[in-house]
Amino acid sequence: MTTSQPAGPVLDSDAAPEGARKIADLKPDLLLTGEHNLCPGCGEPLAVRVYLEALQELGVSRETVMVAGIGCYTMFTGTVDLDLVQALHGRAPSVATGIKRMLPDKVVFTLQGDGDMVNEGLQEVLHTAARGERVTCILLNNGVFGETGGHMTATSVLGQRTKSSLEGRDAEYHGYPILIGDLVSRLQGAAYVARGSVHNAGAVARTKRMLRRAFETQLAGDGFSFVEVLTMCPTGWFIPTADGPDYMHETLGEVHVMGELKVDGMVKTTEELHAENVRKQHEVEAELERGGVDL
Amino acid sequence: MSETRTIKSRGAVTIDVETCKGCELCIVACPPRVLSMSTEVNQLGVHYPRLHPGCTGCAACLMVCPDFCFEVFRFEEPVLTTIEEPA
Repeated sequence: MTTSQPAGPVLDSDAAPEGARKIADLKPDLLLTGEHNLCPGCGEPLAVRVYLEALQELGVSRETVMVAGIGCYTMFTGTVDLDLVQALHGRAPSVATGIKRMLPDKVVFTLQGDGDMVNEGLQEVLHTAARGERVTCILLNNGVFGETGGHMTATSVLGQRTKSSLEGRDAEYHGYPILIGDLVSRLQGAAYVARGSVHNAGAVARTKRMLRRAFETQLAGDGFSFVEVLTMCPTGWFIPTADGPDYMHETLGEVHVMGELKVDGMVKTTEELHAENVRKQHEVEAELERGGVDL
Repeated sequence: MSETRTIKSRGAVTIDVETCKGCELCIVACPPRVLSMSTEVNQLGVHYPRLHPGCTGCAACLMVCPDFCFEVFRFEEPVLTTIEEPA
């Protein structure tokens, strides 16, 4: 992607400018250190930032138990300031069920990848949703097994290049992608289902509102809540890091359409979400023009 | 013959250049386009973003930075920078 060179001299950006009010910190307060070993251009730290900020805003971080699956995001299990259990591949929703039934006052959520949730443990999340367990599942969906080398997962879209589908995913040979958000939204036990994305700042802000609403659903005891977040994996997709967000929005984002799939028992179709997204994008652009997104 | 132009900065950012991994996500995410990549490299051996006048303090860079490099500030009164432009 080419952008025009900014005008004017390079400003000092090492120290805080004088006479300015700080409006946003380096890292979320619930992250002990911002350092991690994930690849450049990875989308997962953006999702980690928003769910930690959502928990902090709700003021429930001391009563929260996180159940981590296995994937690149497992990197953050050592640095997030939450009570935490590490589950086996795909089994996080079942572990979360156990914790929530024993400790019903805790906020229990799982953090899983698409390989973890959709390939290795699809039945766990579906049964947890169908039972209407009062837990929240967060899926970081990038369409590849990032941690183990970047091969295809069940959510990879048709035509997507991965290490094990170098010519692009072929429906004849590899089958069709599973739209996990749509699948879960059709289950009666699921109270809130949403699909976010981190392809630009507006989408990150929207994803944060979705995560907040999911946690609120759990706190209200309404049932199972599920938020899928599309994240970039430029390493797994063989693309330059700066092209990651647009590539994701145009390939994965076209199939796994962003939006709130189920709110108050109303399930939305892909077409309805498409129309809603166009309208929301216009709103966010207008907001940025005015000089800021709501943090 | 050159003309002068005044750029208004409503905000500013600090950049932790040593933890930057050079992914350039902030460059494409910046709505007023006031970030550019350096020609120098940091301790990791990658180029990092630099700030130019015109920042609005919208925090788009912070929200898309995977390495938590940005801190965002807003000025009470906008800071003006005068630059010379070739006519």
